[in-house]
Amino acid sequence: MAARAEDINREDALQGIGCSRKRKEDPRFVQGKGNYVDDIKLPGMLFADLVRSPYPHARVKSINKEKALALPGVHAVLTAEDLKPLNLHWMPTLAGDVQAVLADEKVHMQYQEVAVVIADDRYIAADAVDLVEVEYEPLPVLVDAHKALDPDAPILREDLQDKDNVGQGPRRHPNHIFTWEVGDKEATTRAFDTAEVTVKEEMYYPRVHPSPLETCGCVASFDKVNEHLTVYITSQAPHVVRTVVTLISGIPESKVRIVSPDIGGGFGNKVGVYPGYVTAIVASIVLGRPVKWVEDRMEHLSTTAWARDYWMTGELAADKDGRVKGLRVNVLADHGAFNSHAQPTKWPAGFFSIVTSSYDIPAAQVKVDGVYTNKSPGGVAYRCSFRVTEAIYLIERMMDVLAQKLGIDKAEIRRRNFVKPEQFPYKTALDWELDSGDYHTALDKVLAAVDYQGLRKEQEEKRAKGELMGIGLVTFTEIVGAGPSKSCDILGVGMFDSAEIRVHPTGSVMARMGTITQGQGHQTTYAQIIASELGLSSDQIQIEEGDTDTAPYGLGTYGSRSTPVGGAATAVAARKIRAKAQKIAAHLLEVDENDVEWDIDRFKVKGVPGQEKTMKEIAWAAYNNVPEGMEMGLEAVDYYDPPNFTYPFGTYLCVVDIDKYTGQTHVRRFYALDDCGTRINPMIIDGQIHGGLNEGFAVAMGQELPYDAEGNLLGNTFMDYFIPTFVETPHWETDYTVTPSPHHPLGAKGVAESPHVGSIPCFTAAIVDAFAHLGVTHMDMPHSAYRVWQKLHELGLDKHS
Amino acid sequence: MAKQHISFSLNGQQVDALVEPRELLVHTIRETLSLTGTHIGCETSHCGVCTVDLDGVSVKACTVLAMQANGSEVMTVEGLADADGLHAVQQAFIEEHGLQCGFCTPGMLVRAYRFLRDNPNPTDEEIRWGMSGNLCRCTGYQNIIKAVHSAAQKLQQA
Repeated sequence: MAARAEDINREDALQGIGCSRKRKEDPRFVQGKGNYVDDIKLPGMLFADLVRSPYPHARVKSINKEKALALPGVHAVLTAEDLKPLNLHWMPTLAGDVQAVLADEKVHMQYQEVAVVIADDRYIAADAVDLVEVEYEPLPVLVDAHKALDPDAPILREDLQDKDNVGQGPRRHPNHIFTWEVGDKEATTRAFDTAEVTVKEEMYYPRVHPSPLETCGCVASFDKVNEHLTVYITSQAPHVVRTVVTLISGIPESKVRIVSPDIGGGFGNKVGVYPGYVTAIVASIVLGRPVKWVEDRMEHLSTTAWARDYWMTGELAADKDGRVKGLRVNVLADHGAFNSHAQPTKWPAGFFSIVTSSYDIPAAQVKVDGVYTNKSPGGVAYRCSFRVTEAIYLIERMMDVLAQKLGIDKAEIRRRNFVKPEQFPYKTALDWELDSGDYHTALDKVLAAVDYQGLRKEQEEKRAKGELMGIGLVTFTEIVGAGPSKSCDILGVGMFDSAEIRVHPTGSVMARMGTITQGQGHQTTYAQIIASELGLSSDQIQIEEGDTDTAPYGLGTYGSRSTPVGGAATAVAARKIRAKAQKIAAHLLEVDENDVEWDIDRFKVKGVPGQEKTMKEIAWAAYNNVPEGMEMGLEAVDYYDPPNFTYPFGTYLCVVDIDKYTGQTHVRRFYALDDCGTRINPMIIDGQIHGGLNEGFAVAMGQELPYDAEGNLLGNTFMDYFIPTFVETPHWETDYTVTPSPHHPLGAKGVAESPHVGSIPCFTAAIVDAFAHLGVTHMDMPHSAYRVWQKLHELGLDKHS
Repeated sequence: MAKQHISFSLNGQQVDALVEPRELLVHTIRETLSLTGTHIGCETSHCGVCTVDLDGVSVKACTVLAMQANGSEVMTVEGLADADGLHAVQQAFIEEHGLQCGFCTPGMLVRAYRFLRDNPNPTDEEIRWGMSGNLCRCTGYQNIIKAVHSAAQKLQQA
């Protein structure tokens, strides 16, 4: 037993996979020593601020810079006219469209960038913005996506008028962007024609904003002597930004350095390239001085990437026992003024076709139409993997609608339709191959943990007394880890990711990845992976990301891809090093390579106790005593192109009590069980889940970016836009099962987005369930007290009897 | 605009600055005095990432004029740790995983420090209300509440 205890000690000392290691990032953050973009101050640095349009649709008749330029401390005022000779007045989006950097004769949305002012400090820049005189000629405004394709709709994008394709397939109207259709139409029609029961529901998924607490910004610094550009930027994908900068500026990638320093939250908002970044870069090139641009909160909420804005119609065909035979979905997607949603290029609706989720649905058909409106551009993956949130919302709502129609319990109807454990790998009707899952176990565990039957009984008693209590249940499957390069790319670059690991002679490690942490704790967890793979303590392993001069090219962190792709690259690179180490160990021990075996942190000669070389000893030997013909050193690189996506899943349950006089919803209980496969750091996983649940709570209960009929954005400050505080936020209970991914080197699937994807329909389900006995099948988000009260009032429930 | 001379104590050290009357305290601290731990998130006093301690009260430095700090005592996140190491709230945030991206953390810590001075033995509910002027997008607050509790216990024992 002593030997065993010693093994356990050795393993624990590594702080590898599976342990709740404290975060390496934290000491600098708790001491105010983080290094965010706005903390960067370069000698001679100037400040940029943007002149923005008050009109959502207008011609720019004239721009007068004189008064602004006359203000002491102002260095330049640039407009589209100034950028034109450089061909920088428009930029490519990640979706095949172009977006105006500064308005070129026309504005297409309120707050659109019209001119940039460069000044000595941010106060002077703000003063000068007010001195720039712009004359506009207002045009008719298109706000309602449903009217975008009307024959007499105002035409928004005159720059595209002659194009019948804007990068995502043929289009049929000047305001049309694409039609995306997948699935077997014939089989689906047959399923509906022969169904014993069908249900249909329309639902709107509001436009919401990720709103990380750090807004977007950059510091651009062009070195005129060496023609070298450095940009510190709030980006979740710095290598992609470098490629975009080269494509639009012509500066070779080797002379462009993009650095994502510490990032104050991203959640999908910081994937794209924004006009503010480009104007700061241009200003730095023109003036030869560093230029900082940092937007304020109102600019952030008004112009940077939001998510959703999907008008969805779902239909299910089923038998009378609730077994689903067919699914049909139609979506009208409002993309705003430019198609700059950040999805893999060939996926105009992202992975929305994961809509069959955890269910064995034989036939399905999906159609999505994307349209332009006079609103800010977006439709990004907000804490989800490319429109998965919308898809799961739709199917989970539809399963409840079907259950209510048939009078079947909402847990039971899911159980009847689940893909069974023996069906994996399971090919869905819309062509995804679910890698692994055990949905029944997850569901049963949650139902037992919360005493589901007891809750239903309590609900019945409450209903008898006229009280409103709702139980929401969601059983979702996500698709993350984009993705296999055969199906996923961004601007033509395959969506692989990378790791480069160097073991130093004394056994410490430097590793760099193509991803970038924004709070996920990569510096902690990647080190744990390497520690377990190489048998070196994670405390000796340094992780660096985000500097394109040093890190290997990668597609970045969003869509829960860091662990599925970057984590896999890290494991594979470490295994390459271990394979070399095995040869060195055999050489040192003077035995054949096949006669040594790996044991936690060393290679041992099989069957000969004591004959062993630790990884530390091997590291030293790698720099002075390697087998003949082997090159010195101990390092490896891996560019990991995943064979498939990973499919984390979960079962969430929410219990709410609704005050029938005020519409106030109290979330009494929220229980979240997640299965993300192999768990690398349980403490961090729980933290990610808490955060995702809270962002889901925000979306479901209060967030929206509404526009009035004139195209004015209502609600672009934290006074109006709902961010839950400590007070509103419910208490979270978490649980897990472990079903490893069969194709990921570690069996890990990714986790940070599941809680967002799964919780939003769960809140809606709970609220609708509170009204289900009154025939209510759906209520659109956000479920603010006022909106819930409107339903109470409509049903006459808010009256004292 | 003519600049004005102000002088105040920042983390125990007397500092001087020349500021425009309209300059916000958060900019003076971050840009003139180069302490960048105090962040800017909304500029409308909603998010609390700019929270500093001003004469024993938590204030949001994005809506305080630098001149209002003249002659006062200001503490930022950089003033929490001392020669003995991290303050109990800093240590507790690390232990309880009370932070992720770290952007709200300095304001959270400075608020937690003042809150625990005012209420050394709070309930969960009191923590939720007492900290509610500080927003966090990453943590879902739960581990911050645990951290504040844990720091309270440590401070009580000390």
